[in-house]
Amino acid sequence: MYAAIAAARHGASVILLDKSLIGRGGATVMAQMTVAAAIGQQEPDDWTIHLADTLQAGRGLCNEELSALLCREGPKRILEMEQWGTRWARENGHIKQETAPGHSRRRCCYVDFLNTGPAVAATLRRKVGEISEIRRISNVTIIELVTKDDRALGAVGVNLNDGEIVTFQAKAVILAAGGLTKLYARNSASANMGGEAYALALWAGAELVDMEFVQFFPIGHLAPRLVGMDPIMWDPFRYKLGGKLLNGHFEEFVDRYGGTDFGQYTATRDVASYSILKEVEAGCGTPHGGAYLDFRHIPEIQLRTAFGPVIDRLLLNGIDLAKTPVEVGPMAHYHMGGVRVNSDMETAVNGLYAAGEAVGGAHGANRLSGNAITEAFVFGERAGTHAADNIKKTKVNWQSKLVEAAVERLKALRARRSKRDVTAAALQAELQNLMWEKAGPFRTGEKLAAALARIQQIQKDELSNVSVTDETSYNLDLQEWFELRAMLTTAAAVVRSALARNESRGAHQREDFPDTDPGFLKNQVLKREGDVARWTAPLKIG
Amino acid sequence: MAEQGLRKATLRIRRGSPNRESRYQNFEVPYEEGMSVLDALRWIRVHLDSTLAIRYSCINANACKTCMAVVNGEVEYTCIAKLTPGVMTVEPLPKRPLIRDLVTDTVPVEEKL
Repeated sequence: MYAAIAAARHGASVILLDKSLIGRGGATVMAQMTVAAAIGQQEPDDWTIHLADTLQAGRGLCNEELSALLCREGPKRILEMEQWGTRWARENGHIKQETAPGHSRRRCCYVDFLNTGPAVAATLRRKVGEISEIRRISNVTIIELVTKDDRALGAVGVNLNDGEIVTFQAKAVILAAGGLTKLYARNSASANMGGEAYALALWAGAELVDMEFVQFFPIGHLAPRLVGMDPIMWDPFRYKLGGKLLNGHFEEFVDRYGGTDFGQYTATRDVASYSILKEVEAGCGTPHGGAYLDFRHIPEIQLRTAFGPVIDRLLLNGIDLAKTPVEVGPMAHYHMGGVRVNSDMETAVNGLYAAGEAVGGAHGANRLSGNAITEAFVFGERAGTHAADNIKKTKVNWQSKLVEAAVERLKALRARRSKRDVTAAALQAELQNLMWEKAGPFRTGEKLAAALARIQQIQKDELSNVSVTDETSYNLDLQEWFELRAMLTTAAAVVRSALARNESRGAHQREDFPDTDPGFLKNQVLKREGDVARWTAPLKIG
Repeated sequence: MAEQGLRKATLRIRRGSPNRESRYQNFEVPYEEGMSVLDALRWIRVHLDSTLAIRYSCINANACKTCMAVVNGEVEYTCIAKLTPGVMTVEPLPKRPLIRDLVTDTVPVEEKL
């Protein structure tokens, strides 16, 4: 949405497409936490300090040009959002900023109470609605991009409401379709995070970078079932109050794995994840395959002060923290890798841009809390502005024959009668379990190779046998078939990249290569589906 | 999700489209304490009948506000409506044009093709 606003502001006529409803799908609307930007209102701060923190977390692999953009332009975007109506939490006449793990200054802005994502999404929806140059279209799934001579010319989609194919002619295309966490059985994703932006980019001839770096959040919520809340909500409360991590026998265990958890809570995310999964492996997990997070030793009055209205929302879910521990465990939360772009957000394909989580490289091997929404604002503004400038010097060269193949493929798919009774929804569920078990937080060469073999088998033998009914109206089977096709391409890119990085660094942890190897201080770039990645040196500035 | 649970819930779902007569179809779902109605609808799509049309996006967070339906006679977000053992009736929103099954036309008019 930020990209659409920026493009319109620079004179472009924009079509804004969303697979679900505009500004309601995707990840932004789900974010309950904070947005990091060095606006320096809480305490003196500077974008270069934010940059230093971001680069440190990235373990040497950041594309420093992108990281610098994020940190330098973040403050402008925060203030612009405020002008557009976002009510950042304030105190004493200034925007209130908190700290978050990895940030050396209090620079994280938010909207009360745990409402940051819905509030910024609402601001952007309203702003988009005010601009007549932006044509909004909901419920269209983009299935292929249209290119000719390495130039993006548009896209082909399916209208979910009537099953009709829709073609879009455009002088530039911006991919802002988010990350890939839906590839994993345990995730904090919405329905739209199947990594389709990455597959669309790769098929169109763009490059992907750092695909092995999926961020797993160590203490995502597992049980009891908690609705109406983001599953990654526990972190600040654990740090603030000192929630204990206990195994299935109610014993502390993190200390046994080299962390110093109890009483200090300094165990890093990777140690916390590792120790939880090792306990589960040893048969000491909780009923849902995680660990207990226990707040029962905290006085109730202190719980109520720290949790505010959240304590009541938890009670509605039948969770009384004074009486019951909750079950938590690692889950896929964010993707550091993604579409490779230059500082204009343009890919290797002329006129094809990416924005937000779809972009790879700004966070290297690990992203700091609070940097994701900043990235959505900054990269969106940047992509929209440059795409609008680009098209001023572009002549339209649309030929309807460019979309004929895609249209025929869709027709054939709809006409097909399945030989086997397998649905895309069921295969998606299988892929999610496969990725979780074999390409999850802790990987080995053997498991990754098995995952790749199964992905390739599904691509080769099963994808074409999936049953897709001929229903025209709101046919989710059809939508999920296209999703599955993209998910398999993206999953294969993750697994191949993980297989080639024979070391552990940041979010990529190999049990067969537990140490960080200075020889791998480089990024992997994928150019074509199925190709072996090439290695490049991280882009440095100054 | 709830494979180990012994208890069951039955969803009685009104299905149909503007051109076809609507009918109720029952689906039995493994029940686990705390499950939402949307959890059950998604379970049905993966395990029993993927042709069931439902609208949702954020799954869990009650942030996208797109999953509304009539549950036991009340308009509710299915992502926060609690599943209960026994029979629950789920129907499309009554005041919106029906698209199919539980999906009604909630797309703002300026966002349509």
